[in-house]
Amino acid sequence: MTIKDYFFELTSWLPLELSLTLWTTVKIMAICVPLMLSVAYLTFAERKIIGYIQARVGPNRVGPRGWLQPIADALKLLCKEIVIPTGANKLLFLTAPILALAPSLAAWAVIPFDSTLVLSDINAGLLYVLALTSLGVYGIIVAGWASNSKYAFLGSMRSAAQIVSYEIAMGFALVGVLIAAGSLNLGAIIRAQDSELGMFGWFWAPLFPVFIIYFISGVAETNRAPFDVSEGESEIVAGFHVEYAGMAFALFFLAEYANMILVSALTAVLFLGGWLSPVEWIPDGIHWLLIKISFFLFLFLWFRATFPRYRYDQIMRLGWKIFLPITIVWIVVISAMVVWKVPPWFANSAI
Amino acid sequence: MSFEVIVFYLFAGLTLTSAFLVIVVRNPVHAALSLILCFFSSAGLWLLLEAEFLAIVLVLVYVGAVMVLFMFVVMMLDINLAEIRKGFLKYLALALVVVAPMILIIGTVASSSYFDMPRYSAAVKQVAGHNNTYEIGKELFTKYVWPFEIAAVILLVAIVAAIALTLRTTRQLKNPNVEQQLSVERDKRIRLVDMGAE
Repeated sequence: MTIKDYFFELTSWLPLELSLTLWTTVKIMAICVPLMLSVAYLTFAERKIIGYIQARVGPNRVGPRGWLQPIADALKLLCKEIVIPTGANKLLFLTAPILALAPSLAAWAVIPFDSTLVLSDINAGLLYVLALTSLGVYGIIVAGWASNSKYAFLGSMRSAAQIVSYEIAMGFALVGVLIAAGSLNLGAIIRAQDSELGMFGWFWAPLFPVFIIYFISGVAETNRAPFDVSEGESEIVAGFHVEYAGMAFALFFLAEYANMILVSALTAVLFLGGWLSPVEWIPDGIHWLLIKISFFLFLFLWFRATFPRYRYDQIMRLGWKIFLPITIVWIVVISAMVVWKVPPWFANSAI
Repeated sequence: MSFEVIVFYLFAGLTLTSAFLVIVVRNPVHAALSLILCFFSSAGLWLLLEAEFLAIVLVLVYVGAVMVLFMFVVMMLDINLAEIRKGFLKYLALALVVVAPMILIIGTVASSSYFDMPRYSAAVKQVAGHNNTYEIGKELFTKYVWPFEIAAVILLVAIVAAIALTLRTTRQLKNPNVEQQLSVERDKRIRLVDMGAE
């Protein structure tokens, strides 16, 4: 008996629609709880990895070898008071963290973890992800405005302009993927990468420039170093969340790290074949997706430890003058490859 | 009442309330946020009609891009509520004169036979795997290819016009020239000098 059958037997006294809703809620929890735990341990990994890169040890006091550090951090943030500035717009000030976190959780609904393991297998999955990631910017804008603080406002303006600019490059990069795959469904996109070429049949190979651009745009979208001008602690203190404390601040933190994991997962799904195995002697499965996500997360941390922060006008130049033209040219290239059935990738494409 | 009907009334109520709030709230930022909520709940209604492509594109384009720029502008405004409310009575008569024909026109159009319910058949339920995006794409690029291309050209012209109107090259620009900055070579900036020990 599967867990699903057991669950429906347990709730058989409820009306069917209610128990279906409950079952969906259970599935959502099964995604969100591990995600939140990963976020907690991603912060730990960040501090440890950057520590070792900078020849330090990183946190090692709380629990064995520091493993309880994220739990201690969470407890501390929970117990702290949420200070609301006098001039702040109270309602929006408290809504902003929720606006930031909600889209980064909702986007996980369409990510396929396995050939069968996906919460919602919708046709327009790629569009759904793109639409939801474009909503995250509201949390930042609203936070900056509602704080009624110059630094927060400057940070949110910078961040909004940056996110809007990079979203265009990101959108065009995704157009390349959808032309190559011929579908908007994320599961179908992964299945389209499954060929006898193994890992060289994955979309990173025919779409190489787009793959690089997508990941860099993802780093810029999540406001991570070297594109973290919206926080820019040396210029505008901490940017949009300078007035936030306690759990309200923690929600922004959660949103940022959940977005990092989301961008890594999307890059793995769209360009590195998701759950597909690169070698023959280990079967496909969720473990491969997790390994690929971890690799991209490591890149995020590595970037932060390595690169100095971009100057603002250079960020804009990179997005508009370099990434955008390359993605547009590559859309033409990939369309030509698909239409003329260029081997080895598109020799038997449907179009 | 089925689940679908409950969801419909939820989104319909949300759409109407937020649309009403757009007009009545005093703070422009709140009005813009209400408009976002209005778009969002309309997208929910479209999803109920099984128009998932249009619903997601509504969120993507209007909520994710257009309204962000709206918010950008509205937040920069220096809002003085007393100043805004000052001329209310003075302009009320003029406003009523302008509004009355508008209400009349909208009323006539909305009550015309064109919007009679029987004219429209209920949306056809499709099977679970139905690909809405594919259908729209096929229609757009076969049957409506000319209107589609003409719309694209008009948009391109609008983009070029908007850039041409705002671009002022005569003004002295303080933008750094990035090409120049990147082409700097080490030898032009650094001179190594050998100095004997003192």
